[in-house]
Amino acid sequence: MEASQFKSDQYVRFCPGCGDHAICMALQKAMAQIGIPTHEVAVISGIGCSSRMPHYLNTYGFNTIHGRGGAVATGVKTSHPELTVWQMSGDGDCFAIGGNHFIHEIRRNVDLNVCVFNNRIYGLTKGQYSPTSAKGFVSKSSPFGTVERPFIPAQLVLGARGTFFARTLDVDMPTTVDCLVAAQQHKGCSIVECLVNCVIFNNGTHAWIADREQRAEHSIILKHGEKMIFGANKDKGLAVEIDPVTFVPKMIVVPADDPRVLVHDAHQPDTTLHRMLALMGQNRIEAVNAEVDDDLPIALGVIRNVEAETYDQAVNAQIQNVRTSAKARTFDELTATLESWTL
Amino acid sequence: MKNIVVRFCGDSGDGMQLTGNMFAQLGAELGHEISTLPDFPAEIRAPQGTLGGVSGFQVELGSEVYTPGDKADVIVAMNAAALKVCTLGSHFNHPQAHFDEQFALFHRNAIVIVDTDSLTDKDLEKAQYHTDNPFTELGIPESVQIVPVALTTLTKEALKDSGMDNKSVLKCRNMFALGLIYWLFDEPMEKAIHLLEDKFKKKPALIAPNTKVMVDGYNYGCNLALNITQLHLEGQPKEAHGTYTSIAGNRATAFGLIAAAEKAGKHLFLGSYPITPATDILHELAARKDMNVMAIQAEDEIAGVCTAIGAAFAGDLACTTTSGPGLSLKSEAIGLAVMAELPLVVVDVQRGGPSTGLPTKTEQTDLLQALYGRNGECPAVVLAASSSANCFDFAYEACKIALENMTPVVLLTDTYLANGTALWRIPKLAELPTIHPQSVPEELKGQYNPALRDERGVRYWAYPGMEGYEHRNIGLERDAQRGTISTNPENHEVMVQARKKKIEQIADRIPQLSVISNQHSDTLLVGWGSTEGHLHAAANELGCDLAQFNYIMPLPKNTREVLSQYKRIIVCELNTGQFAAYLRAQFPDLPIEQYNEIQGQPFAVERIVKFVKG
Repeated sequence: MEASQFKSDQYVRFCPGCGDHAICMALQKAMAQIGIPTHEVAVISGIGCSSRMPHYLNTYGFNTIHGRGGAVATGVKTSHPELTVWQMSGDGDCFAIGGNHFIHEIRRNVDLNVCVFNNRIYGLTKGQYSPTSAKGFVSKSSPFGTVERPFIPAQLVLGARGTFFARTLDVDMPTTVDCLVAAQQHKGCSIVECLVNCVIFNNGTHAWIADREQRAEHSIILKHGEKMIFGANKDKGLAVEIDPVTFVPKMIVVPADDPRVLVHDAHQPDTTLHRMLALMGQNRIEAVNAEVDDDLPIALGVIRNVEAETYDQAVNAQIQNVRTSAKARTFDELTATLESWTL
Repeated sequence: MKNIVVRFCGDSGDGMQLTGNMFAQLGAELGHEISTLPDFPAEIRAPQGTLGGVSGFQVELGSEVYTPGDKADVIVAMNAAALKVCTLGSHFNHPQAHFDEQFALFHRNAIVIVDTDSLTDKDLEKAQYHTDNPFTELGIPESVQIVPVALTTLTKEALKDSGMDNKSVLKCRNMFALGLIYWLFDEPMEKAIHLLEDKFKKKPALIAPNTKVMVDGYNYGCNLALNITQLHLEGQPKEAHGTYTSIAGNRATAFGLIAAAEKAGKHLFLGSYPITPATDILHELAARKDMNVMAIQAEDEIAGVCTAIGAAFAGDLACTTTSGPGLSLKSEAIGLAVMAELPLVVVDVQRGGPSTGLPTKTEQTDLLQALYGRNGECPAVVLAASSSANCFDFAYEACKIALENMTPVVLLTDTYLANGTALWRIPKLAELPTIHPQSVPEELKGQYNPALRDERGVRYWAYPGMEGYEHRNIGLERDAQRGTISTNPENHEVMVQARKKKIEQIADRIPQLSVISNQHSDTLLVGWGSTEGHLHAAANELGCDLAQFNYIMPLPKNTREVLSQYKRIIVCELNTGQFAAYLRAQFPDLPIEQYNEIQGQPFAVERIVKFVKG
């Protein structure tokens, strides 16, 4: 299929320069690459800039209410597992008002493809801090800087027993398309954290990796089965070192030819390494002007991709199992089983 | 006797609900009409023998039963606390209170069966008695026949050879009391034994000992040297021929949803979250996978309704069940269903409010919330069931209206209907009204948008999986022609009116309001929902007419015509006057009076009668 088949007739109203434009195009490309017909795809969203996405995709779409996209999507997918269901959400929509639905769709492992557009700001309401804004961040609702610690989305996903977590960047189209395609191919709740720039209210929030000159040194694109190599000259690798005193393992940067360089295993059920990889560089967003004494890159690509039974399949399988051996399958048969008498 | 009211009263661990239910069911099987009122304590398990732990179950049996009865003719009190609660009613906590017929749960001429083994000093202390003679202390008049029975001793005696431990033996006390009541009513024991076997079929080891105790209780009655005459119920029930069962309102509601889904050819989806007193609907539907029901226990009330909205978007018959606090939480999402014009059934089993309020008690206080509790101009259909049995009919009707008119429907029931049981004539699916879910004409393929409507003003329903009808639905205002987001001022007004008219046109297809008439009275009692039985009984006693509403939004088309025929219109409700206010807003020229009670209990017929007589 062609990406154009997934474009709706609506004029795309993201601000000029907004990172959401790129994700929108990546979604159309990914959906074409996946090749599921438009009428078998449902895109559900809540409220926020990112939640406008369904309007620009020529599939079935439902732009619902703030924070509840996850619950609506759970209803769509569970009742109709034959559909491909996407959820579009932002850092406010799914880490603040929709936090409960977010952790529970992950815990249940509902087979959804969830794109979380993380720009660390409330854009549609014109510039308030979000649950992923760095501590000390100055915004209209935090004129003296926030006093809150931010969420690190990957920690939330792993804490909720997530089976799939990927991270991508608005300006990296190939990685974004790869992550979206992998999310769809994964059976279960796939979370793709899309780091997007809000050109109006939080410009440059991901500059550390978004700047073309810096990106290769400051990020690593993880690929399952491949060595963890990065850098403009592909001269750096990642390894794990155990602190001899505290026994705490930590990621370290070593030369690319060091035999300790790790090979990425996204399918590993144990979360230890996935967590360490996902947390690399996150201390930079812990607080405004955070002091960072390591040179670890931010991990992009599919960090975790493991299999587990999906909720929608389990719910439907249980119904079919019960029905197979049921004595009554219709209303009249059901009422015939009641203790009754004739007058 | 035409009708008789029995109340079983004991500790929450004494099995009073089971005992009462078995008695009511036997009565129903023998052809009596029944109405029951379970009365639970609020605590999950209050300390044994205390006033807070008293659990009651009241049933009225007979040939013309409208309510579970104001006051009992026969009381079974399993302990000192139960005796006190039954005697003093709502005044049981007043240290100086005495029997007062206004508050007592039984008549001046009632029969009170008491377990004398449960009146020891320790029992009396736990139930906060101050003397060692509970009967004198409570001031029970001599006209009340006290029947002292050593229930505990006699039960132990009955099971002395059973090899059961003491704790298990004591759990059978309720069956001795039940046997004694069966004797009092001269009920045949074969059916009673059969019923007991059915109730305990999942615990077969308990059948023999419970049967033994029940039969011993019956025989004990036969040998009683006391001067008690057995009670005989007269008259034939007025119910039509058919197959009957006794059913609780929550179960009837669940069955109505199941029947509607099958009739409509739709998959039934329930998104729900546990909340008293609605949870039994979730239980019932979670167990009905054999009926292809998908019942989801969501992470919260909002997810309950939102998963249902998702299923409706995908083409299912979608429902959510809750009580008042949950309805508050679901408000925004119900607004989404109004705006997105999706079918959705919201069952609100009302309880005492506001906030956590009285979770186990009944009240009609969510009416205005159901009608208006959403942001914006947000009309939805509101229905109310008026008996435990017709919870079935109105759950079915709610589904029919939702699917045919692409709108949320709020069905109001309440604790009284939900937990109470009534005789239900089991219908066949074929005899139920047809349901034609809204669909979309073939010729719109390739040109569909979610604003397109049929001649009734109901938007066409296309959903994922249908090729050529891809569209984007929204909670934002949409353009009346194109179905896309619109902030145009004139368009908004057009859309507000379109959504309003869509609800109003439903009045063309609902039944006219009919009056239960008593000899051309000029006084009309008006009620809605669960008060029908009490108001019917009161109207009969007063010789006045009754109009009971099941359709609240929209109202039946002849409402004004009916009401305007009366000099006195008295709207009776278990709230401070919500329906009265609603009617006054529609018919400001009509002389609408109101009578209200708000004590967490159903009406007492005698109080309504007293009010109307002035």
